[in-house]
Amino acid sequence: MDNNTAAVKAEVPQTPQKKKSKKNRQGKEIWRRYKKSTPAMIGFWLMIIVIAMAVFADVICPYSDCIKQDIMNRLQGPSMAHWFGTDEYGRDEFARIVHGSRSSLWIGVSSSVFSMAIGGFLGAIAAYYGKAVDNIIMRITDVVMTVPPILLSLAVVAALGASMTNLLIALTVSCTPGMIRLVRSVVIGLTDEEYVEAAKSYGASDLRIIFRYIVPNAMGPIIVTLTMNIASMILSASGLSYLGMGIQPPSPEWGSLLSDAESFMFTAPYLLYFPGIFIVIAALSFNLVGDGISDAFDPKLKD
Amino acid sequence: MYKYVIKRVLFSIPVLLGAIFMVFTIMYFSPGDPGSIILGMTAKKADIAALNHQLGVDRPFFVQFFSYLKNMLHGDFGVSYRNQRPVFEEIINRFPNTFILAFWSMILSTIVGTVFGIISAVRQYSVLDTTLTTIAMFLSAFPGFWLGLMLMLVFSLHLGWLPSSGIDSWKSYVLPVLTLTLGGSAPTMRLTRATILETIRADYIRTARSKGAPEKVVVWKHALKNALLPLVTSLGMGFGASLGGAVIIETVFGMPGLGRLTVTAIREQDTPTVMAATLFLAVLFLAIMLLVDILYAYIDPRIKAKYKS
Repeated sequence: MDNNTAAVKAEVPQTPQKKKSKKNRQGKEIWRRYKKSTPAMIGFWLMIIVIAMAVFADVICPYSDCIKQDIMNRLQGPSMAHWFGTDEYGRDEFARIVHGSRSSLWIGVSSSVFSMAIGGFLGAIAAYYGKAVDNIIMRITDVVMTVPPILLSLAVVAALGASMTNLLIALTVSCTPGMIRLVRSVVIGLTDEEYVEAAKSYGASDLRIIFRYIVPNAMGPIIVTLTMNIASMILSASGLSYLGMGIQPPSPEWGSLLSDAESFMFTAPYLLYFPGIFIVIAALSFNLVGDGISDAFDPKLKD
Repeated sequence: MYKYVIKRVLFSIPVLLGAIFMVFTIMYFSPGDPGSIILGMTAKKADIAALNHQLGVDRPFFVQFFSYLKNMLHGDFGVSYRNQRPVFEEIINRFPNTFILAFWSMILSTIVGTVFGIISAVRQYSVLDTTLTTIAMFLSAFPGFWLGLMLMLVFSLHLGWLPSSGIDSWKSYVLPVLTLTLGGSAPTMRLTRATILETIRADYIRTARSKGAPEKVVVWKHALKNALLPLVTSLGMGFGASLGGAVIIETVFGMPGLGRLTVTAIREQDTPTVMAATLFLAVLFLAIMLLVDILYAYIDPRIKAKYKS
């Protein structure tokens, strides 16, 4: 017995290093498989472009461009001076779209990441402890899922008031139940694995087992869902902003740009095209990346 | 079988109560008290307090919740803060519009999605398959309301074939239903394709092929029958997505439905209307999911067998 524990203890310090190199190899292998798919790579580059646009918005054009009004040049079609034309106040649509990417992307990414963190935690706990804990968490999840997500977000925004932070909270709330279910189903399959039993036998704490051994092994489907969620959250956020439940003017956001443009459908249809195209590009890129990762992780598709 | 149905129905009661509690709790935190919303900014403080007292919104949370629940069971969802008319009337009037919209888009997107999904799977890696999956990929990246606006631009403003807002005849439903169908068929198609591809690799399909069954029989009889099961679940989810989509699409096309009612009520801080409309949509969704589950039990022999005795 003593010998055993000593042996286990002696081995423990080595594991992190070993794990790391193994992880790297795994990551490289997945990337190698990912690279082979053309749609996945298109998605990857589109995603890089969209992220770069949000990060370097100030470099591409100063923020002042998208709030500077120029009534003389209102509703001008696309030209060299204004690539995507100007809106009802003569503001440069290109600048508004570039800066709008910040809020759209930020909301999409952060609400998905938050819901992954919350959903991952609750889902893992539900699956690991089972019984009463599982029952309580899952019944609450069932209840939250009875309200269609968009409607739930609307209700939350209605209660908290329309603002970017509240939109973020609303989207996180509507996105979390799905994540809980997913993580739970993945983790349930892992709790009986031998390495989990091994960790239990040398007395690792529950939290350590969950986050050190189970969650990393469940990462594949979680990352895929996260990427897909980013796309659908970008879409939902734009929809809610379109309804006036998101970012308040004059800050630009893709959804609210579209709702502003609606009244000028006849005179300035280009105001409707460009923000929509960018929403599609953003959502498409994350969907393609999600699909690509999903295929790369799938052992059945291994060459 | 009855046992299963009864069990499923009984199970949905606590979920329903939970949903009511959740919506009530969210709405409880709505900004603004009804007194000042109804009487306006200029009203005296005492009058506002008196009205709030009369409406009962100054009572403790749980007292309010149980009285709401009690009134709800009598079909009383309170009165609108805006026009002082019973909320229930407004909802019943608008409900058919939303239901027609969600129902038809669910049916059509399921048909379109399933058929194209099967075609795509059977001809895996062909040009047709690539085209269909690319279209589905794009469609699922389209924000529904933008798709609606684009369709409106083409079919109402440029071609003038269909009305762009309101409800005058069946024609008014064409564009909203088309918008929701296009958006909804993409995930169904992807799911169908994936399920069929998975089923095709199953052992019993190999058996069917090896015993010499023609390809058509293998696909339509053996594969589809089993691939249908997850699709039935997607039918319910599709209805939920259509309901959610309807909330935004009704605003785009100016349709007097529950979704648009909710959006306007939120802007006007009309809490009873928001609450009732949300609950109504949630109950509808729950009912459809229940139906789908029962339907599922009828077609899945495994569940059937479990409750046979």
